[in-house]
Amino acid sequence: MGPLVVNEIISPDTNLFLAFLIGIGFGFVLESSGFSSSRKLAGMFYGYDTTVLKVFFTAAITALLGMLFFSLFGWVDLSLIYINPTFLHSAIVGGVIMGAGFIMGGFCPGTAFCAISIGKLDALAFIGGLFLGIVAFTEGYPLFEELYKAEFMGTPTINEFLGLSRGLFSFGLIAAAFGMFWVGDWAEKKFPREEY
Amino acid sequence: MNEVKKTKYWNPYIGGVMLGLVLLSANFISGRGLGASGALKSVIVSTVNTVAPDHAENAAFYKNYNETHENPMKSWLVFQVFGVLVGGFLSGTFAKRLKFKVEHSPKISSKRRLVFALIGGAFFGFGSQLGRGCTSGSALSGMAVLSLGGFITMACIFGTAFGLAYFFRKNWI
Repeated sequence: MGPLVVNEIISPDTNLFLAFLIGIGFGFVLESSGFSSSRKLAGMFYGYDTTVLKVFFTAAITALLGMLFFSLFGWVDLSLIYINPTFLHSAIVGGVIMGAGFIMGGFCPGTAFCAISIGKLDALAFIGGLFLGIVAFTEGYPLFEELYKAEFMGTPTINEFLGLSRGLFSFGLIAAAFGMFWVGDWAEKKFPREEY
Repeated sequence: MNEVKKTKYWNPYIGGVMLGLVLLSANFISGRGLGASGALKSVIVSTVNTVAPDHAENAAFYKNYNETHENPMKSWLVFQVFGVLVGGFLSGTFAKRLKFKVEHSPKISSKRRLVFALIGGAFFGFGSQLGRGCTSGSALSGMAVLSLGGFITMACIFGTAFGLAYFFRKNWI
């Protein structure tokens, strides 16, 4: 049955329309969870607000388990789902640069779009920065191409890489997330802040 | 007063489950995850194609992109990001949070906040291209499909932000 577009149950144009609806859900949930506030997002890195950690890992687990159940029920063919390829070097270097951008800018691209939609002008500056950064990459591409394409590993999943079954790894991830939620609650008590 | 402030947003676990269901539906319907930075890349490639077609034909990045994509703006992520703007606006409207403002710590000026937001954005934009996706496209969506690269990028984003937090503490606390 699923994914619907790959199995031609819906047309490519319907897919684009549904992308818009999915985006509405995405934006609505982000805003309602407080991701339109850079001070709330940055709170995770100082312990005073660990909402990001809780929302992010709960979402990852929910989607992960949903996929696992859908495939068990035969509702979705996991082999047709896009798995992000792994280019080891660019995944690490890109992630480090993004982390630096996160602590300086207080947003990531998705949350910046969410924040600008309710009028946060710091998000507008961040999006201006995103344009500059992306243009720097596209214009300077020949300089970065080697790093960009280095250490291509295909599309391995982390459980294959560790030699675990999908279910066992998922179980471990859930246990780890519960541990992090507990640490998050502890940090919020230890580093409390008044309103922000 | 503090209690009122704290309850304005959804419970984070409810928010997380809802976000997970949105991501699950993207995978079920379209066979792919969520994203954000890719839509900006589409806008940039499209702009270059229109404003400087000669450059788009010669520069390696645009050339590769145009060879593999029909129309940069007719992309899944562009439509999804338009949705994010609408969804965020709707949520902000219902919760009465619509307001033009520069949010910053009382210890720093608006100008300093905007300058850091711009610099942070530039880093994030560059990193998202090198890392083939941002927090949504690479980290969150990658983790949901158990991509090794997604987990690595997620760990590098959050690890670096934690590691550098001390140096930028004045901006936030």
